Amino acid sequence: MTKPSTLFEKVWADHVVVEETPETPAVLYIDLHIIHEVTTPQAFSVLRDKGLAVRRPDLTLPTLDHSTPTTKVSTFKDLLVAGEGAANQVRQMQQNCEDFGLDLLGYGSGQRGIVHVIGPELGATQPGKTIVCGDSHSSTHGAFGALAFGIGTTEVGHVLATQCLLQRKPKTLAVNIDGELPAGVTAKDLILAIIGKIGVNGGTGHVIEYRGAAIRAMDMESRMTICNMSIEAGARAGMIAPDETTFAYLRGRSRAPKAAAWDEAVERWRRLKTDDGASFDKSVTLNVSELQPMVTFGTNPGMVVGINEAVPASSDASFRKALDYMQVESGKPMTENAVDIVFVGSCTNGRISDIEETARVLRGRKVADSVRMMVVPGSEQVKKEAEERGLDQIIIAAGAEWREAGCSMCIGMNGDIAQPGQLTVSTSNRNFEGRQGVGARTVLASPATAAASAIAGYIADPRVYS
Amino acid sequence: MKRVRNIQSRTVVLPTRDIDTDQIISARFLTTTSRDGLGKNLFHDLRFDAEGNERPDFILNKPESEGCRILVGGNNFGCGSSREHAPWALLDYGFEAIISTEIADIFSNNALKNGLLAIVVDADTHQWLMDNPGAELAIDVAAATITLPDGNIVEFAIDGFAQHCLIEGIDQLGFLQQQASAIESFEENRSWKP
Repeated sequence: MTKPSTLFEKVWADHVVVEETPETPAVLYIDLHIIHEVTTPQAFSVLRDKGLAVRRPDLTLPTLDHSTPTTKVSTFKDLLVAGEGAANQVRQMQQNCEDFGLDLLGYGSGQRGIVHVIGPELGATQPGKTIVCGDSHSSTHGAFGALAFGIGTTEVGHVLATQCLLQRKPKTLAVNIDGELPAGVTAKDLILAIIGKIGVNGGTGHVIEYRGAAIRAMDMESRMTICNMSIEAGARAGMIAPDETTFAYLRGRSRAPKAAAWDEAVERWRRLKTDDGASFDKSVTLNVSELQPMVTFGTNPGMVVGINEAVPASSDASFRKALDYMQVESGKPMTENAVDIVFVGSCTNGRISDIEETARVLRGRKVADSVRMMVVPGSEQVKKEAEERGLDQIIIAAGAEWREAGCSMCIGMNGDIAQPGQLTVSTSNRNFEGRQGVGARTVLASPATAAASAIAGYIADPRVYS
Repeated sequence: MKRVRNIQSRTVVLPTRDIDTDQIISARFLTTTSRDGLGKNLFHDLRFDAEGNERPDFILNKPESEGCRILVGGNNFGCGSSREHAPWALLDYGFEAIISTEIADIFSNNALKNGLLAIVVDADTHQWLMDNPGAELAIDVAAATITLPDGNIVEFAIDGFAQHCLIEGIDQLGFLQQQASAIESFEENRSWKP
């Protein structure tokens, strides 16, 4: 009998081309490489300099998301809304894809969108695959039981040229979720609570597996929100074992296996779970039956508090520096803070269920006069589906902006930014200093909390709108 | 990649914990298609005020930081975004080594592939370095040691492969390309195809 293995160990073992030794890392095969305009130009330059081709264009999925405007783009001129550098990056990506024979899901494809939104929605993201992208939120794809992680540009070049990476095997961390999520508390609240518990470096060197009934009960988009923010705990990746929910999500998607290949794939995917008796290097358990909607109060995603709890106190210099930056006081709840901007979108919460949740809260209500609210769908397909269902009209009627797909204010590369001192309630993943603009203050929250805060003009508990 | 064998320099200390790659190089400077010239925007919003004037109280703007090639950071240095622009910016500015008690995985990977040493030391050594900014250190990559000003020697752990690549200036893409036949045979023989 073989030794019991974790989900991670199974996927890892299935992709080792050359075993690691004390002297050399493993050569790991990559099944899907998603690329975008910001972290690839220098990698393509290396390929050009060395006269190399892209080894597997068929396993490479290029799109445009980070430095694209969230206003309509019909001509090159329209790209300049995001600035000349950003427009140039988009143009260079188009050129690189043409030169290297890659099928770019760009303008006019109807399938353009955030790297971690389009992989799953196309069905390209599948259980048991190794998936990488020059973006740290690649951990999102782990929601399907894939091993997915972010890489730098040098490694993007490695994958383009060889379809492989040199990797040391990471350790494993089990995050066990006990109890049932209370009504009105979402996956975003849970992952913020997890990061708050284990810390922004709690997962460093590890691949997390999220386990427990609360995870099993989640739909795929919620699981993606959980895995997406694994990197915010410092983890290399986050994974959830695939199950019927996973298979139902993938069935019929354009890049998912078809007919007999589908049945074979599902049979293989069913084996992708941690065996009884397999051990993790570390494990933590969190009971969520009393969990509240969560919001961040500081300048990293681990500085998080329940919506009705007081901001904690500490004499630590980094902690106090964060509170000073945020203009937040210990001992007071975050609900006392007025809001300037609300942003719904990103690879964390820019999917159709997030737009739906936002529209549910906004329906028949108005965004406060003092608030600018932007809703940015994660992909062109999300946008299309939302419009078919009339969600855009609810959002627009409430006084919010309904924009074109992209990363937008999550990273603020495209001109969608806050002004110094402005407070943004954001459904994205990072509240770092300056992330959403110089001097901008970011409070991370779920789409429901974001929408509730837009209506109230203050950070607000979304459960009053349930 | 150029060879990295010995680094001798005074230190600059940035004691803040969790210095993320957004602080190292803001996303608004990532709209470049080159690796070069990022140093001028390293730690931009800490170095400069809204009008673009140097903030005199920030450590990199102080005369004693001139020419320092070793940066000592608070715990969990380089967390957040995978942008390789962070090590590119640090190198372009003139840093050759980062020392902390913990360095984020992706940052560390990116740094070592570009010849920027990412060194994790024990808490006591780190505290001493934090308390003694400007200390003259000698880093020996082959021996994996840091010699402190009093002659004491501190060892640090480094992945053997990364160490070898640094010392010999080896480009890891070349190493991967040498595995071509193993990669081909893996693609042919695997039990399922992506």
